[in-house]
Amino acid sequence: MWTFGVAAALLLAAAALAFVALRQNANLFYTPETLAENGVPAAGKEVKVGGWVEPGSLTYPGDGSEMVFSIIDNSPASITVSFTGIAPDLFREGQGVVAIGTFDADGRFTARQVLAKHDENYQPRELRPLGAGPDQNAS
Amino acid sequence: MIELGHLAAFLALAASLAQGVLGLTGARALAGRAALVAFAVMVLSFLTLVVAFARSDFSVALVANNSHTLKPMLYKIAGAWGNHEGSMALWCLVTMGFGAAGALWMRTGRETFEARALGVQGWLATGALGYLLFASSPYLRLDPAPLQGAGLNPILQDPALAFHPPMLYLGYVGYSFVFALAAAGLMEARIDRVWAKEARRWSLAAFIPLTLGIALGSYWAYYELGWGGWWFWDPVENASLMPWLLGAALLHSVAVTEKRGSFAAWTALLAVLAFLFSIMGAFLVRSGVLTSVHAFAVDPRRGLLLLGGLIAYGGFALGLFALRAPKLEGGKPWTILSREGALVVNNVVLVVAALTVLLGTLFPLIAEAAGRTISVGEPYFRLTFVPMLAALLAILPVVQAWSWGKADLSTLWKWAAGGVGLVVIFLLLGVGLWDIPLGAAFGLALAFWLIFGALWELRRRAVTLARVFRLPLRVWGMTLAHIGLGVFILGAVVETTQRYEATLALPAGGSGTVAGWHVTLHDVRAIEGPNWYADKADLTARKGSARAEMAPTKRYYPAARMPTTETAIHKTGTGDLYVALGDRRDVDGETRWVFRVYFNPLIDLVYLGVLLMGLGALFSVLPRRRKP
Repeated sequence: MWTFGVAAALLLAAAALAFVALRQNANLFYTPETLAENGVPAAGKEVKVGGWVEPGSLTYPGDGSEMVFSIIDNSPASITVSFTGIAPDLFREGQGVVAIGTFDADGRFTARQVLAKHDENYQPRELRPLGAGPDQNAS
Repeated sequence: MIELGHLAAFLALAASLAQGVLGLTGARALAGRAALVAFAVMVLSFLTLVVAFARSDFSVALVANNSHTLKPMLYKIAGAWGNHEGSMALWCLVTMGFGAAGALWMRTGRETFEARALGVQGWLATGALGYLLFASSPYLRLDPAPLQGAGLNPILQDPALAFHPPMLYLGYVGYSFVFALAAAGLMEARIDRVWAKEARRWSLAAFIPLTLGIALGSYWAYYELGWGGWWFWDPVENASLMPWLLGAALLHSVAVTEKRGSFAAWTALLAVLAFLFSIMGAFLVRSGVLTSVHAFAVDPRRGLLLLGGLIAYGGFALGLFALRAPKLEGGKPWTILSREGALVVNNVVLVVAALTVLLGTLFPLIAEAAGRTISVGEPYFRLTFVPMLAALLAILPVVQAWSWGKADLSTLWKWAAGGVGLVVIFLLLGVGLWDIPLGAAFGLALAFWLIFGALWELRRRAVTLARVFRLPLRVWGMTLAHIGLGVFILGAVVETTQRYEATLALPAGGSGTVAGWHVTLHDVRAIEGPNWYADKADLTARKGSARAEMAPTKRYYPAARMPTTETAIHKTGTGDLYVALGDRRDVDGETRWVFRVYFNPLIDLVYLGVLLMGLGALFSVLPRRRKP
């Protein structure tokens, strides 16, 4: 009896904890199109955004450690992403990327991490519905 | 050559089938012989595969798709299991290896029971081998043979990763034999102390390589991915953590069954679940339902077959459990405030922690089915998994001194005072003096609490200090494992909360300062390796009188058309200075190279702690010392 009581109490506590943690910490994924539809999420909440790096949009505004680029999809919308760090190995303009980070109040996205295609066969899961990107014929 | 291997695999299939049938009919000696034959021919079969890789025989499709003549020999050989088909062949080999080991080294004196365990193991081997031969055969030829292979996924060309899969599989598949023992014990409704003594040895035999395999994978991710961290809560990492947590719960539960005869049904259930979670790990990783670097064979049909196997094994074992668990005998009586009660808490928390990880890992899939794309990252695990385990570990030093049946609580107030005192000291030091987060201060207190508690328990058991070295090896094993936990937490807390990271964009001759280290870039040169070419940066890092030459490199593998990051790590006494070379950027007409520089304090303690846990498990499985 004791065993079941202890187990049930712990299980209940864990379930509550997991529920709260999931509600607060599951990262929603946005493409430029869904972002335009749903509006920018609360500033400071961690989310994922994904799409293709817009050709010609990549700039280095500072000493070169920060990169700023736009991501686009099949809609007219775009998201401006700022990232300080090493670009993923296969990061190129026109290539599909997923960025994890937060929006600020102005709708600008600061990425904590940027993921690109890992090799020739691997595409980030979130980008599969987007289909081939603009550079697929170029390279 | 490879046809010989193919034929041998069919012979192994026949032998495993014979082992399965003979074992379940109770023929211990014959089933044992079949297990040895199956293992021997499977070794032969696997060797032909390894030889095909070593000789770069591109007429074998698997070699052509996954190897290259210019690869160093170690990676040619490791390439044999660095792909889906080869890794499944390894899985089969290890399954039969455990069958053969069981045939040789089971010592229960119960002939029918041992025969049945071998029988179940035979069926597990048959299933795995059937999957290998009919759904993912590594033995297929390619005609015409290409002149050159496509190369191994270059991020796998690494010493830690050459040995990571075999270690991990020894662990995963090791639980297949624990599963077989549980099934055989349930068949005769006898999960008692003799059973537990046998099952405990095999649980340890699986736990040790699983622990080391996870550590190797984590160490690889640390220095190869260039992200500075050692655990990313990636689905693939979680897939190995879940069986580990269940395996840890099993070790504690089976010890109770061995000593007291209690927890019989629960121990059998855990033994079954540990293996089911191992297969589930393989399913999650291999089926491509979760993307990761490991999903090298994204084939829904294979995923379905693995899922089918999981359901078949799970249905069989859990059905057997439901039928027989009510008939199992209970052990000696106990109350909640006893060693047994404490171990119930241990088991419930470890299992719930594993379920929490499972939920976090599968939740994105569930949400996707509901039409939403989300991901679950580190914050979720930090809020659920971490406090659960912290609470469990906080009571560990107190309750491990409790006796079986009913604990003596007269010293409880001393423990409580000691624990509260330690927390207060670390809160004052941490928040007041070191300026670290509150959680980190608690974490440090917990780490020292565990290390101190383990040593105290050792001394308590020895009564006098002089007799410490005459304690049984398994007491030493427990002590080492618990000290290892403390050391691990110390490293993990300090590394996670005090890690320092910065990005530098340097031209040749430029410099920057990170965590007190003054980093100067001399130049970046192009170099060539056997099957790659690379950009290699020459850096000097200085801090006071300390000085380190560092050469972070970015390799490019033309065969796979893929770059990799080779980080430079300088070990100081207090942590790793860690530099990864990034991309080349043209800023205002000047060429700059981007570097990610980290200082990872006490990171070695993370791995030392895990190694101590593995070593502790090793001490626990070693035979008893002879009395002098």
